[in-house]
Amino acid sequence: MTTLTDPPKEQFRLSMLLYDTRYRSATIQVIAMIGFMLLAAWLISNTAQNLAALGKPIDFGFFSEPASYDINQRLLDYSSRDTHLRAALIGLLNTLVVAVLGCITATVLGVIIGVLRLSNNWIVARLMTIYVEGFRNVPVLLWIVFIMAILIETLPAPKAFRGDNATASMMLGDSVAVTNRGVYIPEPLFSNSLGNIHVFGESGLRFDISLDLLAILVVLGAGLWVSSYLRKRADRIQEQTGDRPVTWWQRLAVVVLPTGLVLVLLGFHLGYPELKGFNFQGGTHLRNSLIALWLALSLYTAAFIAEIVRAGIMAISKGQTEAASALGLRSNKIMSLVILPQALRVIIPPLISNYLNLTKNSSLAIAVGYMDITGTLGGITMNQTGRELETILLLMLVYLTISLSISAVMNWYNESVKLKER
Amino acid sequence: MSDIGFVRTEMLPEREPPASTVGALGWARANLFSNWFNSILTLASLYAIYAILAAVLPWVFSPTWNGASLNNCREILTAAGSVGEHGTSGACWGVIRERWIQLLFGFYPSELYWRPILAFVLLAVALAPVLFSDSVPSKMLIFSGLYPFIFPWLLWGGTIWGPIAALAGFVLGWVVYSAVSKTMSSLIGIVLGAVAALAWWFVLSGYFVGALDSILPIGIEAVESRKFGGFMLSITIGVVAIACSLPLGIVLALGRQSDLMIVKYICVGFIEFIRGVPLITLLFVASTLLNIFMPPGTNFDIILRVLIMVTLFASAYMAEVIRGGLAALPKGQYEGADSLGLNYWQAQRLIIMPQALKISIPGIVSTFIGVFKDTTLVSIIGLLDPLGLSNAIRADANWNGVVWELYGFIALMFFVFCFGMSRYSMYLERKLHTGHR
Repeated sequence: MTTLTDPPKEQFRLSMLLYDTRYRSATIQVIAMIGFMLLAAWLISNTAQNLAALGKPIDFGFFSEPASYDINQRLLDYSSRDTHLRAALIGLLNTLVVAVLGCITATVLGVIIGVLRLSNNWIVARLMTIYVEGFRNVPVLLWIVFIMAILIETLPAPKAFRGDNATASMMLGDSVAVTNRGVYIPEPLFSNSLGNIHVFGESGLRFDISLDLLAILVVLGAGLWVSSYLRKRADRIQEQTGDRPVTWWQRLAVVVLPTGLVLVLLGFHLGYPELKGFNFQGGTHLRNSLIALWLALSLYTAAFIAEIVRAGIMAISKGQTEAASALGLRSNKIMSLVILPQALRVIIPPLISNYLNLTKNSSLAIAVGYMDITGTLGGITMNQTGRELETILLLMLVYLTISLSISAVMNWYNESVKLKER
Repeated sequence: MSDIGFVRTEMLPEREPPASTVGALGWARANLFSNWFNSILTLASLYAIYAILAAVLPWVFSPTWNGASLNNCREILTAAGSVGEHGTSGACWGVIRERWIQLLFGFYPSELYWRPILAFVLLAVALAPVLFSDSVPSKMLIFSGLYPFIFPWLLWGGTIWGPIAALAGFVLGWVVYSAVSKTMSSLIGIVLGAVAALAWWFVLSGYFVGALDSILPIGIEAVESRKFGGFMLSITIGVVAIACSLPLGIVLALGRQSDLMIVKYICVGFIEFIRGVPLITLLFVASTLLNIFMPPGTNFDIILRVLIMVTLFASAYMAEVIRGGLAALPKGQYEGADSLGLNYWQAQRLIIMPQALKISIPGIVSTFIGVFKDTTLVSIIGLLDPLGLSNAIRADANWNGVVWELYGFIALMFFVFCFGMSRYSMYLERKLHTGHR
């Protein structure tokens, strides 16, 4: 009689680490880990030795020293007596300003150009093709310095606006002056201002919250909330009775009237730029460097966005439109319920990665002297303090944070619009 | 009754189509003036084209090809009578005539121009078996393999033993790998091969080159890196970065797709870090920090440092492109390779990579175009690429104030290169579009 015996228990042998696929992956990972640690240790020990030899141990104390350089385009108050930390903060805000402005303009331009490139008008389609190929195939840095040169060389100097035989004049009812030193636009002013809240006292991170702006935003937000409540009520009534009450004027009124009232109460008016002495005074001054960077980044990125939009529209098959109209949907409903949701699924991920590229390209501001975070922290602060390691690592960290937050948004969006497959 | 016919019995002669639907008029009606909105767009575009051409053409066609300086150009223009309200209006092409060769080669010694030219001609020869695989014999691939060692030698010059020592490192690594993997496991082979090659490059090859150079000094005149410039520099950085980043990118992409958790996280961390920071910060690292990361006393060339950082930059993007190709392959291909009993590397080499690389060619070309355009950034850290040279040329008293001609020339050159490459990638895409239709 035979008995079934268990297969002999295999003893673990050292050679199984190499030949047995069950253990080999662990061996490879351990080797990779050791190699990685060795590399890191080598780099760190080199750095430590070099820094010791230079007599510059890692030290972030320079952040509290006075920066003693000026930043001409800024959102918050800043003077050359402020610290390097504040200079870096101003630079970061400048980066974000040009990135946000650029993304908005690039999207608008890109959508228009992408749609026009699909136009059945031969000449318009060709022109847009030339635009896209022309901007995509020339480096963005060249566009930035080129547009900067155009602004400086071709626009009138402030003195051309003066006198009886002025060769240049202000635009839009004497409210906007376009000069070779930048663009002067009106600024919003409040004669019955509520004042500001100071945050963070006198430290490098201090900023003011304008109570006027806060009040306007609160009233506007409340108006929008009531308006959306009215829309939901109209939806409900439509579902119950089949008739939709006309609410557009109520919805408009609850937004516009209170906001307008608040503006009047605060004494809202515009401060216009005026020519005084050799330059314009008053108003908001957008410098050439900002305008050139903004324009160049928008025009360059718009060429890429145009291609994305074109691809997104072409990706939706004609059968979708036909099926939707066979269901009896009207053309605007077809667009908003059938075409756009599908096209956006194709368009949005590459669109966001282009926003990311635009934000990273904004670091080229240093070529035209716009003081963004690269110009302040990675430029003058680095040169003045001689702290290359600290400033550049921090600079990378800042950009990495911005990029990772944008890609987190992208992943969240991708997850939410992903086709729910069986 | 019978003489009244309601049915025509004979064919009518063909009539001409209406004049408004055929010929140039019909085409214009259909494509330019099909409705009022299109008509407005057409007229607006025509006006825009007219305005741009009217502003640019008289400027472009200016008789200043022989101008010796900006003032000389202005005199020529004044004599020709093209004077606008802001002084003379017209391009000063003399700067291009005098400096175009500098914009191409930088300050490279003029008697040695044949070397970069030969290097780029040989580049075309080395690329031919890769690009036009159906019409070039595949034996040429041997030359393509040797080319990475010829290229730097031709550009930088110096002793011939340097590139030979570099090549010997690869040979040594390969020999150790194949010897060890025959007797022991291939894993040990890879590790020992890498260790042997690294030991050769970092420790032994210095003595080897020094000894052989003193016995048998074969070499060509060395050229310093700071003499490199112009489009030669841009193309060098672009080509080296792409050539080195392709294998690195493949390794990173495979690492990111792999099941080994530690390997995967190292690769993901590297890729996301490089892709998350702008190239300019990496170039700052090259210009200020890289020497701090190296052993004390190391001081290597700025162009080499830039090449390292641009290669790392390109390899992260390349990894993502190749990962896209890997992800696009149907799962059946992996399973088919497994069912044939191929191991991981055999499957990658024979089944997966040929297909994945083919799918990702358009992405690889567009990465290359991107890197080539980004080489202009090196002007910010003081290298003399075309944009940096344009500043250097303006520093000359003769050409102080020349802006548009230089930018226009540089932009045109970049446009020709990049547009040509993007057309080539579209051709490849059509050619390689086999199956799965």
